[in-house]
Amino acid sequence: MTSTKKDPVLVVLQLSGGNDALNTIVPYADPLYNDNRPIVRIPTDSVMPINDYIGFNPNMGPIKELYDQGKVAIIQGVGYPNPNRSHFRSMDIWHTCEPDKQGTEGWLGRAVKAIDPKGENVLTCVNFGRGLPRALVMPGVPIASVGNLETYGVLTGMEDEQRMEALDLFSRIYSPTMGRGPVVDYLSSTGMDALKGADILKEAPLKYSSSIEYGGDSVAQYMRSIAQVITADLGVRILYTTAPYNSFDTHAGELVTHAKLWTNVSQTVADFYADLKEHNATDNVTLLVFTEFGRRVHDNGSGSDHGSGGIAFVVGDNVVGGLHGEYPSLAADKLLEGDLQFNNDFRGLYSTLVEDWMGLDAKPVVGGSFEKISYIKK
Amino acid sequence: MANQDIALMAHLMRRAGFGATYEELQARAAKGYEATVEELLHPEEQPSIQMDLLERYFIDWKEMNNIETNQTYWTYRMVNTKRPLEEKMALFWHSILVVGNSKCEHGRQVRTQLERFRSQGLGSFKDTLLSLASDPAMIFYLDNQMSHKNAINENWGRELLELFSLGVGMDGKPNYSEDDVKVAARAFTGWTIGNSIPRYPYGRYLNNFFYNPNDHDDSEKTFLGETGRWNGEDVIDIICKQPSAARFVARHLYNFFVADEPQVPQWQRTPPKDMALIKQMEKAYFDSNYEIRSMLRVLFNSDSFKNARFARVKSPAEVVASTLKLVGGWESPKPGLQVIANEIRYMGQDLLNPPTVEGWHTGAEWIDSGTLVERINFCADQMGDTSKPGVQAIIKRLAAQGKSLTPNQLVDGCLESLGHYQLPQETRKHLVEHITKGGPVNTSSKDFGDRVAQVLQLIVSTQEYQFA
Repeated sequence: MTSTKKDPVLVVLQLSGGNDALNTIVPYADPLYNDNRPIVRIPTDSVMPINDYIGFNPNMGPIKELYDQGKVAIIQGVGYPNPNRSHFRSMDIWHTCEPDKQGTEGWLGRAVKAIDPKGENVLTCVNFGRGLPRALVMPGVPIASVGNLETYGVLTGMEDEQRMEALDLFSRIYSPTMGRGPVVDYLSSTGMDALKGADILKEAPLKYSSSIEYGGDSVAQYMRSIAQVITADLGVRILYTTAPYNSFDTHAGELVTHAKLWTNVSQTVADFYADLKEHNATDNVTLLVFTEFGRRVHDNGSGSDHGSGGIAFVVGDNVVGGLHGEYPSLAADKLLEGDLQFNNDFRGLYSTLVEDWMGLDAKPVVGGSFEKISYIKK
Repeated sequence: MANQDIALMAHLMRRAGFGATYEELQARAAKGYEATVEELLHPEEQPSIQMDLLERYFIDWKEMNNIETNQTYWTYRMVNTKRPLEEKMALFWHSILVVGNSKCEHGRQVRTQLERFRSQGLGSFKDTLLSLASDPAMIFYLDNQMSHKNAINENWGRELLELFSLGVGMDGKPNYSEDDVKVAARAFTGWTIGNSIPRYPYGRYLNNFFYNPNDHDDSEKTFLGETGRWNGEDVIDIICKQPSAARFVARHLYNFFVADEPQVPQWQRTPPKDMALIKQMEKAYFDSNYEIRSMLRVLFNSDSFKNARFARVKSPAEVVASTLKLVGGWESPKPGLQVIANEIRYMGQDLLNPPTVEGWHTGAEWIDSGTLVERINFCADQMGDTSKPGVQAIIKRLAAQGKSLTPNQLVDGCLESLGHYQLPQETRKHLVEHITKGGPVNTSSKDFGDRVAQVLQLIVSTQEYQFA
């Protein structure tokens, strides 16, 4: 990386609940798709073809436009061996890269540690949402978790003037010179980190102006916050947000719900890209969109149940646009317990991001050596 | 009532329960410390929470299928129970004998385990282990249904020894061998779950324990030096006899109730902070036939406990429940409780869903910049709400102290009202300066309530309030 280049930034959008891969990138020309999806099916003539076998869900127009410009890599058949069909456990596996035992460290927590081993920048990584996803958990790594960028901070419930005084007092009370035992000292420095982080972050919305109007749903609003933080140039390298709790868990009434979800997500992804473009910031930002598993090949009459073998998207100027990996076969003898077989290990997907995008050593971050997928431009 | 008695009672109630209001502390202190300890140790003598009324307000509390419902329900119990130690023991065992919703058929299955911890938590450790071993949630969580006579799965056998009963080692020596792990797994072959009733069309059913003698390895085995045709019960029998089992339970009780200890994996090499107290608890364990109540009686009545003020970082459940108890307003069911129960998760403790079979790491490991902000903002928002009955009670109590208060009196009054918290000189100095800047504190002035609430907000924002 040359010194004139800006540091690479990774944005992760987690689609919680298990997005139905078959109805996202639809194998419209496969008779097995129609056989398996008698009801929960995207009509063939509404699919936006990518080739003569698969195409986009009709609600993904804005993403298709980016795809046509070569800005979207579609990672097909992504998963891991012995798929787990519990939301929590499968998401844990994606977060920790530990399919065999329960891990406590997140892959991005480890990446942050590698970027900033001494924890000097309290804002190397920012999460948007309440509570920290395990992907970001790592002992000793400061990570800001922002519920609302406009109001983020300490003692936010207080009135303005009162709050200014209280914060002043807070910073004196937490000033780390007091030496009252290791645990209190740790609390003090953590409190100061939080204060510092909030102070820096509050600049972001003030500096920001944009012609892009994002949607009103929480994913759109958080992606807007992410754009605000990126364009404010605060040295943040990893930004994370999550679609509302298990919203993609479409056991029932899938066609209606799934259409709405992808209408929103597609528009948000396109808005986010356009926003960065407006701020000349697309060259150093890559977006990963993932989910914990795909869904069963056969529908259940109204929706689809938990399955395996999902689909992920990587978006940005630096991706090699197009299809990566193979679309998993729907043939009965190729299925695993009624589910699509993965052919891309998600840790390979991560390794590409960690090494080819972030410029870090992937092995310690993803817990081993996995075949990379060449979707980042060299 | 002498201040020191109330301060001691505040300490006891923070540890053996989820804190208490000043009024409750006064009443308990009048009753006496030892009498209160006995009352806490016998929750069955206090009224239980009546579900029939609650289910009219929270209709999903009948089925208790999902995790949020269970978290809300548990929060309600922590705040309102008349049996605080029963609830604390449920949290204690839940943090050690871990089953997580992440690998469980549904939340109600975890809840049945919590019910057992409530009813058995102070009883015999052996009974607790036996019911754990036959709990369908645990069998599924640690894969024992996949452990067969001819092909064992060691998961349950290992965690039973390592995390649930003995620990890897003590006094520098290991407590068991790899062979013991395998033998434990063999002894528990055949302990499985029955076929489940399909979820559709009527909803979810609980799984049942099923013992399959045909899949049980009935051959002779040697476990921790004893040889016989051991089944699961025998293994638990032998476990409970071990000095290391007594040590394991005593150390966990100490870490949970007295002071933060190093995390469990370090116990083989790191001796307990207070060996004398641990030894007394070990003796109580054997004298009482493994009864937790007897061990806790020793613990709560010891000087080590009484002197260990503010030696533990509060768990998120403690932060939220104890703050809600102080500010009041949740004594009867009403909407909005789930939003508050969620705060416990935001602070890093997803109840019913511990991160791993090791449970949550405690002490300073609860804190990072995100969770600290959640703690401070939650507590300050609660304390700043002068419409809350508990906050009003504090304001009223301080107003009754005289026409005006010195800044020091205001700080002391607030610290006392919250449960006799203590602040370092430097912090107190900052607070007093802050109050002084606001002018004389006149208890009949219109802004008196707001000024009290602001001091309460500042106190709960300090490092010291994060300790119990």
